[in-house]
Formats: sequence, C-alpha cells, structure tokens
Amino acid sequence: MKTSFTLNGQAASLDLDPRTTLLDALRENLGLKGSKKGCDHGQCGACTVLVNGRRINACLSLAVTHEGDEITTIEGLAQGEALHPVQAAFLEHDAFQCGYCTPGQICSTVGMLQEAADGWASLATQDLAADTVLTDEEIRERMSGNLCRCSAYPQILAAIRSAGGVA
Amino acid sequence: MKPFTYERPGDVSTALALVAEIPGARFLAGGTNLVDLMKLQIEQPSHLVDVSRLPLRDIEDTPEGGLRLGAMTTNSQVAADPRVRARYPALAQAILSGASGQLRNKATTAGNLLQRTRCAYFYDTTKPCNKREPGAGCAAIGGIYANTAIFGASEACVATHPSDMAVALTALDAKVETQSGSGEARVLAMDGFHRLPGDTPHVETELRPAEMITAVVLPPPPPGGQIYRKARERASYAFAIGSMAVAGGKVALGAVAHKPWRAEAAELALTQGASPAEAMAVELKAARPDGHNDFKLKLMARLGAACLTTTGAGDGQ
Repeated sequence: MKTSFTLNGQAASLDLDPRTTLLDALRENLGLKGSKKGCDHGQCGACTVLVNGRRINACLSLAVTHEGDEITTIEGLAQGEALHPVQAAFLEHDAFQCGYCTPGQICSTVGMLQEAADGWASLATQDLAADTVLTDEEIRERMSGNLCRCSAYPQILAAIRSAGGVA
Repeated sequence: MKPFTYERPGDVSTALALVAEIPGARFLAGGTNLVDLMKLQIEQPSHLVDVSRLPLRDIEDTPEGGLRLGAMTTNSQVAADPRVRARYPALAQAILSGASGQLRNKATTAGNLLQRTRCAYFYDTTKPCNKREPGAGCAAIGGIYANTAIFGASEACVATHPSDMAVALTALDAKVETQSGSGEARVLAMDGFHRLPGDTPHVETELRPAEMITAVVLPPPPPGGQIYRKARERASYAFAIGSMAVAGGKVALGAVAHKPWRAEAAELALTQGASPAEAMAVELKAARPDGHNDFKLKLMARLGAACLTTTGAGDGQ
C-alpha cells in the first residue's frame, strides 16, 4: 500500500504491507535505526518519535495511518553538527549507560517539553488551573512512559531539568 | 500479525457501511490496544477501517451546559482542555492517571471505552479464556493472578475493565452517543454501556455489530467536589488495582468489576448520614473476593473513605 509522509524534513514514499508498524518502516524500510524496538508493545518507550510535533510509540502505530504526517526521529533533531539542546543536555549530564533507551528518552523529552509549554497538566499537577512548572516530580511523572533498564534516571532527570524550556 | 487490508474513508457513513459489509472488518482509532492485540493474534481483523481522522475530533459546549467529546478526541486533548480541567477535574485526573504521555497522545475517547481487559490470562494464548474463545474456560479462576473482580464476576470470567477514564465518566453520569450503518442513532448511559460477564464475557458492551461511538456527552458538572484516585503497583504508568471517582454525590469504583462499578449502595448510605468509612463498608458487603484478590476489600475501604472525605461527599448531600 502506497504511503507518503515527511520524515525529518524530507519527503518519504513507501509501498508497505499494511501490517508494517511505523517503527518497522523507519528501521527496516527507511534504514533509520535510531528509534529502538524494546518491548514492541508500548510499554517501554524506546520507539518514541514525534508525529506532527507530538510524541507517540511508533511500535503501536501502523505506518499506513501516517499518510501526510510530519515525522521526526532522533536522527532529525540535530541541525547539522549542532546537537538539539536536549541531546546536548543528555551528553552533559551523562544521562545513559548502555544507551538503548536514549533515542526514545530524548524524543520523549522534546515532546514532553512542548506539552508543558502548551500548558498541559499531568497527574503530578496539584492545581489543574495553574501554569505548568516542571518540578522534578512533574518531570518524573511526565516521563514515566520511558523505561531505562540501566536505571540512569537521576542523570536523565538532571538532563531534562537543565533542558527544560529550551525545546 | 495476520494479514489484513486497510482503508481510510472520509466520512462516518462510509465507515459504518464498510464495517457492516465486510466480514471481519473493524474500526481502527488510535490503535494503542487493537494493534497490540493484533500482534499477539488475540485480535485478527480481516479489514481495518481507519476512523481516526473522521470529523469527530472536537470538544463542544452543549446547550445544557455540559460538553460533547467527539469520539476521536485524544486522551491528551480531553485532559488538556481548560473546560474539562475547570469543570470536570475528576475526568482530567482519571485520564492523566492512565497510560503514558505517548499513549495518551494516540488513544481516543471511544477507543478508551472499547479497550479490552488486561487480565494476564486473556493475554496468555497458551491458557483458556472465555473472552478469546467462548466456552474454552477461564484460567484466571484458581490461577495466580490477583487483579480480578470482586463485584459481578461469573463462573465464566473474573476479568476487570482496565479504563481509568470510564470510571470518572460513570461517576459523572456521561452518555455515549452511537450511530449504525442503518442511520440509527442511540444514546446509552455510561453505567449501562459496559456489561457484566455472565456467560458471554466476550460481549463486553451494549454496542451492536458495526455500531460506532460518535461522542461522549458530559452533563453539566454536579454540585460538590470531584476526585479520581488510583492505587497501582508502581507510582506511574501502570493499570489500577483499585480506583475511585467521586463527582458530587455519585461514586464509581475501578478495577473491581467487568465494568466501571457504580457504588449505589454507598451513595444511598451517604444520603442517609453514613460516614465515608461506613458508606464504603455498606458497598463492600456485596463484594465476593476469591482468595487471591482479598486485598481489594481493605484497599477499596481505605481508598474510598479517603476520596469521600476529601470531596465532602458525605457532608449533607
């Protein structure tokens, strides 16, 4: 089935079996191996990408449903040699050990910072009417869809804290 | 996944006609549950009719002072809406306590109501399950899984409904609007939308074949406090092992039955002057724990009393 979308600013056209997930299309058909297949069931967040600016689990989304969408993966965040501020923050704070969850963590952070900038609440938000303030508790709650088996959470939290508001 | 075909019609009537005409066809919305179950071959649709882009994605004020949530509004969109946050805080809290940020960005209002149970034996295709294969038996009964029903279970099924959102919608007395291929439109009360398992646990709602949810309608917010509180096995991103929504004098419990459990006995006791703890004790008298899930009695007694105390639901309403 013919499917076209914008991938990291470039037009992409594919002829896909409808069973192909967005994650498999990115990795197997388009050769972008940055997005990782962890659980393949939406439980770990390693496959997180941005679709029209919002973070989703690419493993639970059929690629053919993304006709016309703008998709950004970890490969599309840097501007040439200049890292995205969230990428730079993860390096600065040593926010990984094995690195397998890192592309998902970074894409999820970029999406999460945009959600916070748009004033979205989380379960950690005490006052649903108040402005969003990204406390550590808020960051932990908003990032709970990304697991790190190496347990680099303190450094991930520090990286996100320092990158907060720059997305 | 089993092979299937896919199409994305542009309007509701075409989508309804396609699912009515094609054997094995299913609606696809956010896909966060259906696609997962297709990978496990628990769901095996022959044809997917993608309804996610249909013009059912708005949140509108109703003339009565409530809100109409289009079926394809995302969970994130509803929880972020200023009107929902100001007037239906229990609904915003319920949605935000479910799943993860990524999943809420895809999952829809209608899809949330139609998600399947997370009973471990429903997911384990090496074990019998009357939901997967009617008549096969239930491995959860006498199994080692504890997140089962304490209300309304049957010999055929002890599974619980996993939604947080639906529990808040039940306490808020929401209505589900549907449409069929014949053009017939229906309005179903949230409390009657999901079914108890009986001897047909594979039939989970009152929806007819090829009938589609088009909206969920919230009545004007009731006077009094609102809350949704959830207990789970980790601090975030886990299904409830017990939850409760209170909206004014209405109370609904989650993760205790095959459907969001409207706690009418507790509601009545509150109107007769019972304390929060007494009201929960009255409700839980009807519970039938099975040995594995006995913990839910204490859990719900404490969780419920705390919620009722916080909202002041027992204070002269």
